[in-house]
Amino acid sequence: MARVIFPDEIEKLIGENNLMVDARVFRDVVTELIGRYPELKESSLDKMAVAIDDVIVVDPLLEPINSDSDIYFFHFVTGG
Amino acid sequence: MAKVHVNTTVNGDAVEFLCNPGETLLDILRNDLQLTGTKEGCGSGDCGACSITVDDRLVCSCLVLAVEAEGKKIGTIEGVADKDQLNVIQQKFLEHAALQCGICTPGLIVSVQALLKENPNPTEEQARYYLAGNLCRCTGYDKIIRAVMDAAETMRGAA
Amino acid sequence: MKNTNEATDASHYKYIGTRSIRPDGFEKVTGRANYGADLSLPGMIWGKMLRSPHAHAMIKSIDISKAEALAGVMAVVTYNDFPSVSSEIVATGEGTEDLLDLARNLMADGKVLYHGHAILGVAAISRQIAEQALALIDVEYEVLPAVLDVRDAMAKDAPVLHEKMYTEGLAETPNTASNVASVVELKKGDVDAGFAQADVIVEREFYTPTVHQGYIEPHACTVRYDEHGQSMVWCSTQGHFDVRATTAKLLHMSLSKLKVIASEIGGGFGGKTTVYLEPVALLMSKKSGRPVKMIMDRDEVFKASGPGSATRNWIKIGAKNDGTITAMQGKLHYEAGAFKGSPARLGGMTAFTPYDVENMFVECYDVVVNKPKVAAYRAPGAPQAEYAAEMIVSELAARLAIDPIDFRLQNAAKEGTKTIYGPKLKRVGLVECLEAAKNSPHYQQALKENQGRGVSSGFWFNIGGSSSVTLNMNRDGTGTIVEGSPDIGGSRASMQLMAAETLGIAAESFKTIVADTENIAHNDGTGGSRTTFATGMAVVEAAKDVIRQMKERAASVWNVNVDVIDWVDGVAINVGGSEKLSAAEICATADRTGGQISGQGNINARGAGPSFAVHICDVEVDKETGKVDVVRYTAIQDAGKAIHPSYVEGQYQGGAAQGIGWALNEEYVYNDKGILQNPGFLDYRIPLASDLPMIETVIVEVPNPAHPFGVRGVGESGIIPPLAATAYAVSDAINAPITDLPCSPPNVLAVIQANS
Repeated sequence: MARVIFPDEIEKLIGENNLMVDARVFRDVVTELIGRYPELKESSLDKMAVAIDDVIVVDPLLEPINSDSDIYFFHFVTGG
Repeated sequence: MAKVHVNTTVNGDAVEFLCNPGETLLDILRNDLQLTGTKEGCGSGDCGACSITVDDRLVCSCLVLAVEAEGKKIGTIEGVADKDQLNVIQQKFLEHAALQCGICTPGLIVSVQALLKENPNPTEEQARYYLAGNLCRCTGYDKIIRAVMDAAETMRGAA
Repeated sequence: MKNTNEATDASHYKYIGTRSIRPDGFEKVTGRANYGADLSLPGMIWGKMLRSPHAHAMIKSIDISKAEALAGVMAVVTYNDFPSVSSEIVATGEGTEDLLDLARNLMADGKVLYHGHAILGVAAISRQIAEQALALIDVEYEVLPAVLDVRDAMAKDAPVLHEKMYTEGLAETPNTASNVASVVELKKGDVDAGFAQADVIVEREFYTPTVHQGYIEPHACTVRYDEHGQSMVWCSTQGHFDVRATTAKLLHMSLSKLKVIASEIGGGFGGKTTVYLEPVALLMSKKSGRPVKMIMDRDEVFKASGPGSATRNWIKIGAKNDGTITAMQGKLHYEAGAFKGSPARLGGMTAFTPYDVENMFVECYDVVVNKPKVAAYRAPGAPQAEYAAEMIVSELAARLAIDPIDFRLQNAAKEGTKTIYGPKLKRVGLVECLEAAKNSPHYQQALKENQGRGVSSGFWFNIGGSSSVTLNMNRDGTGTIVEGSPDIGGSRASMQLMAAETLGIAAESFKTIVADTENIAHNDGTGGSRTTFATGMAVVEAAKDVIRQMKERAASVWNVNVDVIDWVDGVAINVGGSEKLSAAEICATADRTGGQISGQGNINARGAGPSFAVHICDVEVDKETGKVDVVRYTAIQDAGKAIHPSYVEGQYQGGAAQGIGWALNEEYVYNDKGILQNPGFLDYRIPLASDLPMIETVIVEVPNPAHPFGVRGVGESGIIPPLAATAYAVSDAINAPITDLPCSPPNVLAVIQANS
């Protein structure tokens, strides 16, 4: 099971800051999360940055997830 | 308002144009003569992007009225290179990577040319104060000053 | 130059690491390069904006009749001329933004929110007539009290900018509107437990003023609306695909009907990642049937574009006597300007990231005030928060009598350090930068009387993202690199070098062009230090694609399997025989072997490597006047791999200069009515040539494993350390704490007098 870790703004929404999901690619993670928490919208997850095993990935839809992966959601990083 | 007829010389070429009495030389250069190498950064003489020479005197063209060009010799960035043969200052700017975005570069090169004409052997401090009217936001001036000192040395060697 | 990794020793490369002449250099030193204001079209007219003279006011009425009647006026456009826009989060060059805020920033919707807020646009046959027309417009205002600082904005009963804005991120949803757009917490470990272990704790609140990116080229565009075919925008931007997306969205156009051409760009630093003029100009072009040119005056640039957030940041850090930092805490307040979306959270994510400390906690407040909507500015949000954190770190080191570099080394973030925003850092070069700083000749030099020294670290993430490159080979074996990343600091040269290195063909054989939105697939903008990293990766992909095709062609000519073809120094070699074909030979006969050769590299780059920086600053303070002179400065930063060392050094030096300006002189000065007092370069003083010394650089190279040549972006981190390095040096020289920027003569004199 991969571990998903949420930032403060999502924790406030769903009352959890981390949970375990069964996923092969990142899309499975999103499907699982919005299925489990109706208050989570796909669009609010889309606004977040994601790090899979410490590599930041933009638009990770098909990114492979390992059984021991750590998946962090955090605020989108822009630049100047 | 009646337009004024002005006869002048730009980079050695005889030029005539019509302008409103209140128009700046910068606007005429850029909009009427299509010499867009001279840039506008502020319109108030603070940034030096519009530096040109009028009778060999370095000025901000945004502070010069177009009518003042009557009978004068105007020098702009377009006249610095000899056709495709770059001037030493231009060459040194490239070698030292003395530009990033390049918007201040035309004005700076015109100013450096004026500096080295007045003082072929400036100290670093003299170069910095002479060029204090030419703002650059990209480079921190380090590579510009190196290019200027190198150009000065090369030009002295050639003289 | 220090090179810390032998695997990427410069000798290993033929082109990368050389200081080639930039391919666009000739045009830029001769005045031939065309920037935002340099395009004119037949029949073109001139647009100008009417801007608010008040910081906060209701618009009671607008009378445009006299202006419309003026001979030569061709179009007047107000907010009501825009197609209707509703609140919607859209992806822009700034990350994500609310479309409604974008529209209302472009032009006021019944209420002006800052001095200089655009109210309407006028287009006329000359600039002079457009300006005369603006003077003929009557606007009736009901002036409202303005809030100009986070303290005022957060006060009970403060005037509220947006009646429907409720603070997000609170435990309970509030039922009254507030100027606080959001509150976010970031945490790691337990700060209370951490502070309990500390022997020394230092805490202070710091202030940083509103600053502007200060690019020398004002915003400018020339546009042509075409109902039936292609509308066109020519503009100075860091991201023309973002300009297209935002403009098309605001005007309800399809992307294929709008072409955006990126002119040469005269500086941006984050400030040219959004739109201010383009949609208004297009509407005026539509109304008048004529091409429209708009150029901001310098005072408009200051009043209504950029700036970077002013902040009030409280920081508390505790350490043991042995130098171990046990806890770091912050409460950050960032001004967003008139619309939500300051980089407060990015401040929270960066403030303590140079440190491997178990317990951290940061609260980030995004607060609206009656000032222009902030835009990205080089490592957006990081300089302000890291300034406050680094000042306290330096003060703690002094209190513990530990060398400030040793103190930073002892607590330095490294591979495996867990960040406050979640993931662990991959291989990073902070320790190497600190060691280089410690060993630098600058750090060994003794200070003189009235001088002080400051040291600061800086962290920025860097980003990857979408880049598309096509490499078209010509029949003589030369090639054109078609990219879509506006070249703001010499990146065309880096693309050439990376293509040359990959293909083994001389760099001069390639021309690099920045294509418009029709001639290359989407590219994210030039920002986030992503261009040499991500677009460079796309160039390498395109070049590899060319090599693959070249090998196939050679194999078909020799009638052998492609597996036996090697590619060495731009030549295909049959390993099993003696045949060779150069790139030029293969290209010359390409039509016989299957058509022309063109490589493609369309990627979403991942694995951007953070770049850490460490700066050392020496200042001399005139204690009679409070004037500060920087007498020596060294910028050390991890480039991963410097593709073109001169332009890498240029980023370090330029970042240092901007940061020194931020520390010493730059600030927006408002009167109590919210009227900007210094919207010009004379009074908003950016560093001049005579203000600065040479800026020494050290390029540290700890390769980023995710990039084929090890590149990390270098554009942003360098603006972070100068604030604390410079301000702490002042503090060291006058032996009194500095908290508020800028360290301008009156401010420094006041600190000297208060402490004497």
